[in-house]
Amino acid sequence: MPEAILEVRGLVKHYPLTRGILFKKQIGSVKAVDGVDLDLLAGETLGIVGESGCGKSTLAKMLVHLERPTAGAIRYKGEDVTKLSGRALKAVRRNIQMVFQDPYTSLNPRMTVGDIIGEPYEIHPEVAPKGSRRQKVQELLDVVGLDPEYVNRYPHQFSGGQRQRIGIARGLALQPEIIVADEPVSALDVSVQAQVVNLLERLQSDFSLSYVFIAHDLSIVRHISDRVGVMYLGRIVELGEDAEIYDHPTHPYTQALLSAVPVPDPEARVHRERVILTGDVPSPAHIPSGCRFRTRCWKAQERCALEVPLLAVPAVFRLTEGPARHDSACHFAEEKHVVPHEEPPRPRPLESEPEA
Amino acid sequence: MLLDVRDLEVEFRTRDGVAKAVNGVNYSVEAGQTLAVLGESGSGKSVTAQAVMGILDMPPGRITGGQILFQGQDLLTLKEEERRRIRGAKMAMIFQDALSSLNPVLSVGAQLGEMFEVHRGLSRKDARTKAVELMDRVRIPAAKDRVGDYPHQFSGGMRQRVMIAMALALEPDLIIADEPTTALDVTVQAQVMDLLAELQRELDMGLILITHDLGVVADVADKIAVMYAGRIVENAPVHEIYKAPAHPYTRGLLDSIPRLDQKGQELYAIKGLPPNLMNIPPGCAFNPRCPLARDMCRTDVPPLYEVSESRTSACHFWQEALHA
Repeated sequence: MPEAILEVRGLVKHYPLTRGILFKKQIGSVKAVDGVDLDLLAGETLGIVGESGCGKSTLAKMLVHLERPTAGAIRYKGEDVTKLSGRALKAVRRNIQMVFQDPYTSLNPRMTVGDIIGEPYEIHPEVAPKGSRRQKVQELLDVVGLDPEYVNRYPHQFSGGQRQRIGIARGLALQPEIIVADEPVSALDVSVQAQVVNLLERLQSDFSLSYVFIAHDLSIVRHISDRVGVMYLGRIVELGEDAEIYDHPTHPYTQALLSAVPVPDPEARVHRERVILTGDVPSPAHIPSGCRFRTRCWKAQERCALEVPLLAVPAVFRLTEGPARHDSACHFAEEKHVVPHEEPPRPRPLESEPEA
Repeated sequence: MLLDVRDLEVEFRTRDGVAKAVNGVNYSVEAGQTLAVLGESGSGKSVTAQAVMGILDMPPGRITGGQILFQGQDLLTLKEEERRRIRGAKMAMIFQDALSSLNPVLSVGAQLGEMFEVHRGLSRKDARTKAVELMDRVRIPAAKDRVGDYPHQFSGGMRQRVMIAMALALEPDLIIADEPTTALDVTVQAQVMDLLAELQRELDMGLILITHDLGVVADVADKIAVMYAGRIVENAPVHEIYKAPAHPYTRGLLDSIPRLDQKGQELYAIKGLPPNLMNIPPGCAFNPRCPLARDMCRTDVPPLYEVSESRTSACHFWQEALHA
């Protein structure tokens, strides 16, 4: 097994809720991330899925050090990043870069593309000396599939997909080892999404990057990820390889989530068994006791209200072999097949006529 | 036929030129039927719907041709006052973003009740009772206690239910839902789509579902109209289009979405970008991105060829697309 390049242990981020103006009193906290453990292996893509408000974006921000964790450790090659400051921190941050969701708001409209992509070099001049920067930026544009002549254009002159390529180029500028991508394709049109997903995959093999890929679209996450973590209310509830999670989910939340995804196959609507959850995700300021999913779970029993289930291989599967044996934070974990096989298989893509 | 849109053309005059948003759209819906209008942003799917509802911003928008026959009557010949009587009572619309479509300073009950006060002449008290009934009907828990709440006090899914309740208030014959679940999480999306489909069956309404999500379409639609650059490129019953698309664009879309049931190979990506509506390519608008494009495609606009009795495709080479 390749070594873990990033180890996250007991990561917590609580935002205080205060009352009063002069004498602020803390009356509670929003538990955005509430104890996350995960490893990112060198060269792999770790997908994180979950619904809005589950804490996946807060997790991403802590990984790139845009937010300071309330507790817990993020170890990059064995060194706890949360304890670093000054020059040592700056060196680590160079190696962990981020690609943002919204290509419309994450690029400064008054800067040219060249300045946007080259800005990281202002902070880390050791990567590219001043004279070579323009050339570096043009190389990066070429790498992400844009015309290097575009350096002097402004973001509004580009389409959404092209802007996301600019955001990716900026993420690559410092030659990082890890890229944290927070919903990088969800603002894009379907036909453009595929282009950007393919680009991300190509860059990964060209530059041997490790990705943390955060998204709510379960099909895209399966496509791009080697391992997948499912988040609910600030915690990872199930974690495993893509086939373990998608074809052999053992946590009820994962099962409900997967069964709710509309599949592009009209035949599936007849024979498909769906788990429709009732209600909404509880507020992260008032997390249920015990298992946090129990308020929406059809299996919940007394034990679920009392005892917090840990993320580990459930006892029933501990002595078994096979894909159901993976981490799942449920007292009553059992395997359930919820993703229907598409019938018939999709038509093959059209081939281009050779240009005459 | 409940609604029959014929050769509809809409353009927008802007400072930079004329954007041809809709260029001859034909589609129809019958009572109890669900038509999905599928397209990417800028394909003209929402503009067409706004023209049908009569809520297009004019100017800058302008309907330059075509007919919108609703229960046999051409809506485009009616006076604004007559259209207003149809809107809400006979056709209603559900928007994507419930938070910005609801009035933030009026309680949900007041907004639902207003429908009955204006269209049915009920008193405020009776209208409020009706509002509670409606909220019950779309399964908002504790409707009686929540009728006085404001939109921001509801979650996204509950807000979208309020929108559905408002659309259903006067039991219209046609509902147009413009990306009704795009802003929602998948588990909530499933609840809302189920609710919508159930109410539609119950009231035997026609439903036009505007979406870009091929999964949602497969789940609920009876037939599909695929739009590209302001035109319908393919019309087909839902089961046939997924098995064998008859237009290279539809085919490309189906190939470019990743699968949930297996990891799959590299994704097929349609090359290039959707066209600028101020400068739509001559001939077939899809030709610069099309793997089948030939000289003819660059000069002749393809008509809607009949593929079978229930299907049409706007591709000169639809047979190749279908049988490739």
